[in-house]
Amino acid sequence: MNRAIPDQNVRTQRLKPGLTQCSYRSAGALRHPKSGATPFRHWRTLFAVSLVVVSAACTQKLGPASVLKPTGFGAALVESSGGKQTGATGMVLAQPLVVQVNDEQGTAVTGALVEFGGPAGVGFDPASGLTDSSGQLSTNVTLGGVAGRYQLTAHTAAKTQKPVELKIEEIALGFQEQVGYQLDNKYCARCHNPESTAERVSNYDNLAVKPHPFTEGDTLNKMTDADLTSIISHGGPALNKSALMPPYGYTLSKIEIEALIAYIRLISDPPYHASGTVYAQK
Amino acid sequence: MQSSKNALSSLWQTLFGHPVRAFGVVSLLVLFSLAIAPAKNHFSEWRHYQKQYLSLIGNRGDAKTLQLHFHDHDGIQQIWLPGLGVVDRCTTCHVGLKEASLADVSTQPFRRHPVIPHTLDQFGCVMCHRGQGPATTVEEAHRSTAAWEQPLLPARYVQSSCGQCHRAPLTGTPQLNLGRNLLARYGCVHCHTIKLPDGSAIKPTDNPPSLSHIADKSTREWVYAWLKDPRAYAVTSTMPNFKLSDPDARDISAFLISNSAPLAGDTAAATKDKDQKAPDPTAGASLYGESFCASCHAVQNAAGNVVGGDIGPELTRVGNKVKPEWLRAWLRNPRVYDPITAMPHYRLTDPQVNLLAAFLGNKTDADLLSNVHLDAATSEQIAHGKLLVAEYGCASCHEIGGIKKPDNFAPELTRIGSKPLTQIIFLPGMEHSTPAYISAKIRQPRSFGAALKMPQYTFAPAQIDALTTALLALTDRAHELPMALTVPAKPPSNYQPAGRAGQLMTDLACFSCHAINGRGGDLAPDLTWEGSSVQRVWLQAFMKNPGTLRPALIRRMPKFNLSDSDITEISDYIMAVYQTPAFDRDSMPSSGYPPAQVEQGKQLFYSKYACQSCHIVDTKVDKGYVGPTLTQVGSRLTAAWIYHWLKDPQAMRPGAVEPNRNMNDEDARALTAFLMTQKGSSKQEAKK
Repeated sequence: MNRAIPDQNVRTQRLKPGLTQCSYRSAGALRHPKSGATPFRHWRTLFAVSLVVVSAACTQKLGPASVLKPTGFGAALVESSGGKQTGATGMVLAQPLVVQVNDEQGTAVTGALVEFGGPAGVGFDPASGLTDSSGQLSTNVTLGGVAGRYQLTAHTAAKTQKPVELKIEEIALGFQEQVGYQLDNKYCARCHNPESTAERVSNYDNLAVKPHPFTEGDTLNKMTDADLTSIISHGGPALNKSALMPPYGYTLSKIEIEALIAYIRLISDPPYHASGTVYAQK
Repeated sequence: MQSSKNALSSLWQTLFGHPVRAFGVVSLLVLFSLAIAPAKNHFSEWRHYQKQYLSLIGNRGDAKTLQLHFHDHDGIQQIWLPGLGVVDRCTTCHVGLKEASLADVSTQPFRRHPVIPHTLDQFGCVMCHRGQGPATTVEEAHRSTAAWEQPLLPARYVQSSCGQCHRAPLTGTPQLNLGRNLLARYGCVHCHTIKLPDGSAIKPTDNPPSLSHIADKSTREWVYAWLKDPRAYAVTSTMPNFKLSDPDARDISAFLISNSAPLAGDTAAATKDKDQKAPDPTAGASLYGESFCASCHAVQNAAGNVVGGDIGPELTRVGNKVKPEWLRAWLRNPRVYDPITAMPHYRLTDPQVNLLAAFLGNKTDADLLSNVHLDAATSEQIAHGKLLVAEYGCASCHEIGGIKKPDNFAPELTRIGSKPLTQIIFLPGMEHSTPAYISAKIRQPRSFGAALKMPQYTFAPAQIDALTTALLALTDRAHELPMALTVPAKPPSNYQPAGRAGQLMTDLACFSCHAINGRGGDLAPDLTWEGSSVQRVWLQAFMKNPGTLRPALIRRMPKFNLSDSDITEISDYIMAVYQTPAFDRDSMPSSGYPPAQVEQGKQLFYSKYACQSCHIVDTKVDKGYVGPTLTQVGSRLTAAWIYHWLKDPQAMRPGAVEPNRNMNDEDARALTAFLMTQKGSSKQEAKK
């Protein structure tokens, strides 16, 4: 049940193509051919050719070069709002992603060029633009078709050579995870999510034994699906844990518990890798 | 010329000059033409994908299983469901749809299908994804062609397909649910008729105010500013922008004001307050807070955030909108001006009315009306305004004295989700698909023509997608499916309590927040079985002075300043009528449980069932913030209710968050005994 997103980062044109992660990886793949008997000078030619091919492919994805001319340059790129959202696969996130460009003094920079990028299938509207008078640029993010965590990037050209990069993460929920998310909101988040919102005051701090937040991959990834099913259905004592966790086996259906587990697995940090993924690695 | 003719005739001679040679050549040609079909088959697109699939699974640990599954079904695959009109060959290329172990594969067409509650063999593919089921090439299956014009539905609208059968909200389709709410809440269906397959029509859930008495309430300047840009007055406004020119807005405001008829009792002069000259603004603010106005009304704060409920209109600049004498009468009894308003009739005293009216009257924005200067209306302007009101269909939403509500003012949207592409006029550069057309129409209606009447709404991109999803669910298929397949929504309830208590409950707008017998809001608890649940003494005390049961709750029951006779009337009605048939509320005593049983209940409460994670019994020790505080539950709830609730909370209140513990009888009785000893004390309550 590996939900990692294939890393096909769309790179900006101004980055040296030979240095992108994208081309490194492809070149590496060619360096180790199956036979292992390719002569040295051949793979060097191959490497050069692959560089050209990959860099062409990388720039191809970008389409025509951006026509926007920046009038300002920043030194830092910060996320203003819209990160860490959960949305449905293939759909627009509820809140726009807003980033801000600041200079060395932390003052907002107007007219700086910001370009967004992400894995295949992710859409930005707009994909690039100049920051407004408050130094911000807002974009609407459409997530890809596969459920999982999406690492998005925003770039802005700095006065120095190296562009500034900002990493933003969003989570796409498939149908099953979407159901799990709704159930989490209704039944679990009151205790398992330490964050309070305007509509929901967290009960986390009131509990003598602290529950595990669902993002806590270090703990939850060690538990099998059967363990989680058992603890959700029969409560904490089923696994010699606290009775403060009540049983939900008579309240939630089997399908609902499966959906909840799928959701927990998806948002786990570090990401959860089920045993099934070894097939692909062999 | 001559030479080429010679060459041709010599070629003819060579090939067909002799009967045996001619026979041989013709045989070869026939043989060749016979080979075309098998060759086409051999080099077909789907075989290419199937070969790719085999090489993809070849290196995996589970290759044997996957190959076995594949060889059971190689060749062209088909899901044929005659009852649904489904002939889907999608699984010919999408080979791995049913393979759970392919979860790590993200390349198409070999991805596993995400887990959903239906199987492929039940409904096929095109029911949800659209496209051409019988096609076996990507181009024909996914895109629209001259012969087949149903392209694939983009993933962002896929929830619309659920809506073809499911009329009730589903947990897994938040986008569709939101879209349907918006259709009703933003009043789309005032102008556009949307009939559902069962013959009913979608009803609007907004209640646009009547404009028949608008002059009593507002000034012409405000009406003008509002017509020009409703969002300038309130950022949460659901009224769209009609993009009126200055003269048009002037004439419509002139007509509405001149057309307004005074209504008896909807204005009130300020009562003289001898003690205070000017009402105290902090006292006004605290009365606003105590009355829990913010449970329904929002106000934009200095940071620009809108804080508060969305049942009533936003009040950020209400002082610009309403006349003070109207506001006082409204606060005294809103039902005089609007008999069906969601606002309760608070029994406020005259000084309280003055205080609140002064507080709200100060909520103004100096910039809003500063540039509005209107000369006295001429009769031509009024007549022109009346024409414009008819032309823009204002009476579709608002009641306007002397103007009839137009019928079928806008195109019917009953089957908009299946609108044929050939009937749509697309804008240049626009993607030729129904979803793109619908969302563009919602985003900028007048981009399709400056003379179009549909106004400009302000929606977030996610809201536009949600609305598009809800509209795409209105397909031909939805109307033609066998009724047995549709999952109907709960029928709307017109429940109305009887007698004087019923009148009081309408007057207090109980249904704005509480649901009873399927009618009403979801802000507050369902009261359908309240009579079995609570004790009369507590209910009466609560209505007199509603405290809070849940420490972490922001929106609370307001204090209506009810008279004792009104309280008796309502509580008698609740105790007599709102009873569950499941048990008798007096079947268990409210006190006198043996101490041993109480002690056993206490043990169970704190150890086996660990109720303190969510509830507070002892305010010194317990901290649980999720469920209601139970310090005085013994004087609030009946013992029979507690017992039956413990046995099965969801049976008592569908959707209750408290889990069903499958509790045995002995434990339930002991816990009931313990909880019934929690009588609380009035002092303890007063402190909180």
